[in-house]
Parts: sequence; structure tokens; C-alpha cells
Amino acid sequence: MTASQETVFLQGHIIDSLILAKVLDTILMMGGTFDLQDVAIGTTREATSQARIVVRAPSGRLLAEILQAIQPHGAAVEREADCRFEPAPAAGVFPEQFYATTHLPTQIRLDGEWVEVAGMEMDLGICVDSAKARARTIPMGTVTTGDLIVIGREGIRVTPLARPTERDVFGFMESVVSSERPHHPVIADIARRMQKLREWHRQGRADGKVLLAGGPAIVHAGGREALTWLIETGYIQLLFCGNALAAHDMEAGLYGTSLGYGLTAGRSVPHGHEHHLRTINRIRAIGSIQEAVRSGVITDGIMAACVRREVKMVMAGTIRDDGPLPGVLTDSMMAQQAMRAEIPGVGLALLVASTLHAIATGNLLPATVPTVCVDVNPAVPTKLADRGSFQAVGLVMDAASFLKELARELGWRP
Amino acid sequence: MSRFLVCPPDYFQIDYEINPWMRRANGVDSARAVGQWQTLMKVLEEEVGAGIERMQPVQGLPDLVFTANAGLVVGRRALVSRFRYPERQREEAHFERWFREQGYEVLTLDQSLYFEGAGDLLGFADTWFGGYHQRSDIRAFPRLSEIFQREIIPLELIDSRFYHLDTCFCPLSGGDLLYLPSAFDSYGQAAIAQRIPEDRRLAVPEEEGVRFACNAVCIGKQVVIPADCPLTTKLLEDRGYHTHPVQLDEFMKSGGAAKCLTLALN
Repeated sequence: MTASQETVFLQGHIIDSLILAKVLDTILMMGGTFDLQDVAIGTTREATSQARIVVRAPSGRLLAEILQAIQPHGAAVEREADCRFEPAPAAGVFPEQFYATTHLPTQIRLDGEWVEVAGMEMDLGICVDSAKARARTIPMGTVTTGDLIVIGREGIRVTPLARPTERDVFGFMESVVSSERPHHPVIADIARRMQKLREWHRQGRADGKVLLAGGPAIVHAGGREALTWLIETGYIQLLFCGNALAAHDMEAGLYGTSLGYGLTAGRSVPHGHEHHLRTINRIRAIGSIQEAVRSGVITDGIMAACVRREVKMVMAGTIRDDGPLPGVLTDSMMAQQAMRAEIPGVGLALLVASTLHAIATGNLLPATVPTVCVDVNPAVPTKLADRGSFQAVGLVMDAASFLKELARELGWRP
Repeated sequence: MSRFLVCPPDYFQIDYEINPWMRRANGVDSARAVGQWQTLMKVLEEEVGAGIERMQPVQGLPDLVFTANAGLVVGRRALVSRFRYPERQREEAHFERWFREQGYEVLTLDQSLYFEGAGDLLGFADTWFGGYHQRSDIRAFPRLSEIFQREIIPLELIDSRFYHLDTCFCPLSGGDLLYLPSAFDSYGQAAIAQRIPEDRRLAVPEEEGVRFACNAVCIGKQVVIPADCPLTTKLLEDRGYHTHPVQLDEFMKSGGAAKCLTLALN
């Protein structure tokens, strides 16, 4: 997905001679694209004009061919500097002038070579290895004294996303959030992508994981069966959630309630408010969710499906949690690191009915991962986009309706 | 009076091949070449009334005869060429010495910028045109623009037979242009059309283009043109020019004719 790019500079009487037009046409005809960065037109007939052009191509080889073709017309590659870096002054502290990442594909120039930065994620630093040959993103809190951290802006280039070849909802890469947007075509596109990713996953491809980050409203609203089916049929490979989704899912399994409300009767059950506490206590007594499923205490639902299908779960705790359940990471930085470790290989992210988990996951995802944010509250997808996850497609709808329609599209027949 | 720098063809021959016209097997008839060159001088001096400055030929530099590539002379300033091929780079010092001895202020470009003089830079009073891609480097033109305060429209030379602009493009006095359209791509042709109106563009037919019809010297209404170009001669005569055809086929073996053999000094 990362395109190669180089900046060239063109100077002279390039307008009336159509040299600029010829150079730009050549770039396009050869399969490249360009951005005209600075164009200064000579103000008198004698004065020359100048243009700075960013040339992009799908591969380094094609880029080299394009540069070779436009070079005789005066398009000279701009001399670029290596990036600069400094040792971290203390553990957990970046150098003062540290470069803060975006979630777009990024390269840095080390000793004349452009090196891809691994683990792209927004709002991190870039750490260069001691051999000065490789680079990866690094969160502020995990820096150790002396780590080489990229500073300034020289020798760093960020590549905008190439438009995907697929003509589906993700092809537009825009987070238009509207409750009036028709849902069905979007859900049908998500389903098609999930079918493709499941196929890739079965073939052993590393980039075929579907991530679902969800909140307890999935259970409250009645989306539990649909999500369970999606997990059981192999459409989801990774689950991010908190204490609540797991607790209410298992409460539903043990008591038929969610936060004390009867899921079928739809009214509060006597002493129902205790159900989730009793559920958590029971699982704590058993020792783990995995053991609760294996021993037959928990027989159905989302957690049971995850354990049976060996779907990786990362549960991140919050300050309002009861219990929490065994396996919930209560150190939020540790939880963040655990989530981050699972991001490589994610080919689609579904962020459903949780402001906290949607934003936290959005922050960890590179812009290259197609993302859907589903919430009844339009503020959630809007907030996600405002925080930089511009690639997320927003769907304003109830979590259960979304999951049911998605599952039906994929063959669920309840 | 128009003055030209020339160099007698005492050592003119084909020692190397750096353009599609040159074939070492196709040797020069030296006596014939000298005769043709003397005829050209006679026409320039006696029929056209031009002044001629002769420089000393140098053994081992056969192409020194093509003085159009010595450099570019504007007033008392001479910008010395930087040749693309090493075979001709050896001429640079001789041209530079001549300019210095004549009291010109000598200018040079960066060593990495090839620029082959008046062979690749021709023009009208306020707009010049620069030929590039075969010999001169397009990046030389912004520098020349700056030095001489002129607009220079670069034109890509797309046919290796027309490797210098003066082999396919000849501005005439009065704003007319004699040129071979097929030596330029559509961008070049459009750029030419934008600057020179259709009724002033005289397109040379292909069969005369390859006989160097565009490699002509224009002084006022007089045009010294290679022989055997009847259609071009008629085009010029119809436009009110007086033509002087001169047989220069010995020099065409090396890829040059009347214009290549002269450098305008004013």
C-alpha cells in the first residue's frame, strides 16, 4: 500500500514551453501521480518559473523509471537530508524536539536510504535501532534512556493513502457520519470484505484478521446471538472489550439477564442487579473465563465462542469496573500495550457501541486498516474522526441491529 | 555589418561518430570540402556583405570548423560552450582563447551543464528558443535566461538526426521562422505556435529538412541556404527573401551546413 515518492524541482520557462505540462503528463502516462507543491510563476517575460513536484508511484522501480524519464526535461530530484535523532534523556521521556507520528505510512531517511517505519500508529515517537538501519514507532512511556529518537521534520516523509482498488464503501476513505445514511449498502460491503478476509485467514495469510472492539450495549440491545454466530463461524479473530461486555455476556448465559434485565421478558428481575456481580464472583472463583468455558459452567455466548474458536481477547479495565473478571488488565498502559501487540495483521476493524474502546482502538490503528465505527450516538464516530482516524466509516445505528444485519448478510438464520 | 566567426576546414574529416550522419567509412573529400567552404565565405563576404573573422584551425580537432558551437556571443560577452561529447570538449579551450584574445568578457556555465552554443540557442529579439535532450542540458537555459535577461523557451529535439536546434529551426529577420515541425513533439510544436503566428511559420518539407534546409544563415533579407532545397528556396523567395544556395554536402557528412559553419558575433 505504501507508494514510493520523491520530490523534484523544475525551473525555467516551463509554462509557455509546456515543459511543466510535459513532465506532469509523463508522470501520469507512466502510471505515477503527482502533487504540485510550490509553483512560482515568473512575473516578467524574462523571469523564470519554478515548480516543486512530489512524484509518487506504486513501486520503487516504477518511480525510478519515471524519474529517469522526466530528468532530461529538467526535473531534478531535490537533495534531501537524512533524518536527525537524539538519545532519549530519561526513561519515559522523548528528546525535546521529538517527531510525533501520524497513523499514515511513514519513511525516514537513514544514511541516504529511505527506511519504512514499522508499527505505524498516531501520536508516538520514532525509534531508530542502534545499527541505524531500522526504525519503529515507540510510545512515550516505554522509552528507555538513550533510545535514539527521531527529532525535527527533515528526512521524514508521510505518504497519503493510495485510493484502494476496491470500489466499496472503504474505497472512499471518508468518515461521513449521518443517521440518514442508508445502512444496508455499507453493511453489505462490510460483509463482502469479511468473507474475503475469512478466506485469507484460512489460507494462512497474515493480514486477514477481523478485529471487533465492543461495549456491553451489544448484550443489552440483543446483539449477543448474532455476534456469537459471527465468532463461531470464523468471521472474527480478535476481540477488544472491557470487563462489562464479558460480564454481561456471561450473566446472560447464567441468569438470562443483562444488568438485571430479563433479556427475553424485557423487565427487571428481582435481585437482578446482583447477577453480574455473582457472575464475576463465580468466574473469579473458577480462576479464568477459559476454565469456566472448558468446565461447562459457561456454555454459550460471546465468551464461550471466543474460547472455543481460540479468538484472542484483550480486556481492558476501567475505574468503574466491578470485580474485575480474571484476565481484565487493570493497568491501562499495560492494556494499551497488549492491544497494540495484536494490531499487526488486522485487515478490518469493527468498533461497536463503545466510546472508550472505539477511540482507544482507533488511536492504535494505522490509517491503512479499513475501520467501521457503529454507535447509536453520532458523537462517537464524529469524535473518532476528530481524533484523526479519518479512515473510519461511521454508522449511526444500534449495535444489535448492526450485528444482526451483518450476520444475516453472511448467512445467519436464527 | 554582420560579422561571423569561422574556422577553415584544413583538418576537417570524420574521425569519430557522434551523430547519425557521421560514418567514418564515408570519408570527406578534403579538396572538395575546402572548395565548398571557400564558396560559402565568398557568398557571405561578397554577395551578402558580411564580415568574416577566421580562427586558426587545429590539427586533431576536425569539428572546430563548426564554429556555431563555440558558444554564444551577446554584445561583448561570450559564453563558452560545454560539449556533451569528450571528442568535442577539446575544442572548448581553443574557442575560449579566441574570445579572450578578441577582448570578449568570457563567461562559463557550471561544468556539469552541457550547452553547445548558438547551435542550440536561437531566437528573435525578445524570445529565444533552446534545443535540448540531444546535446544541451535543459537546465542550462534558466542560467542563460538569468545572465542575458531573455525569455528562453526550451524545445525538446526528438529526432537524433536533428541533434542541434539549428539543424531544424531557423529564425529569420522580420519575425519569420523556417523550421522542420517533425523534429519537435506536440508540446514543442504548440510552444512554437504560441509564439510565432501561423503566417510567419515556414514549414520545411521533410525531404529538404534532411538536406539541412534549416541550417541557413539569414542576414537581413538575404538567406544563405544549402543547395538542393528548391521547395524551401521557393518558400523563402515567396516571402520576399533573396536566397543564396551553396553546395555543402561534404560538411553534411558530419551533420552540419551553412549555419553550423558560422557563429554570429553581433
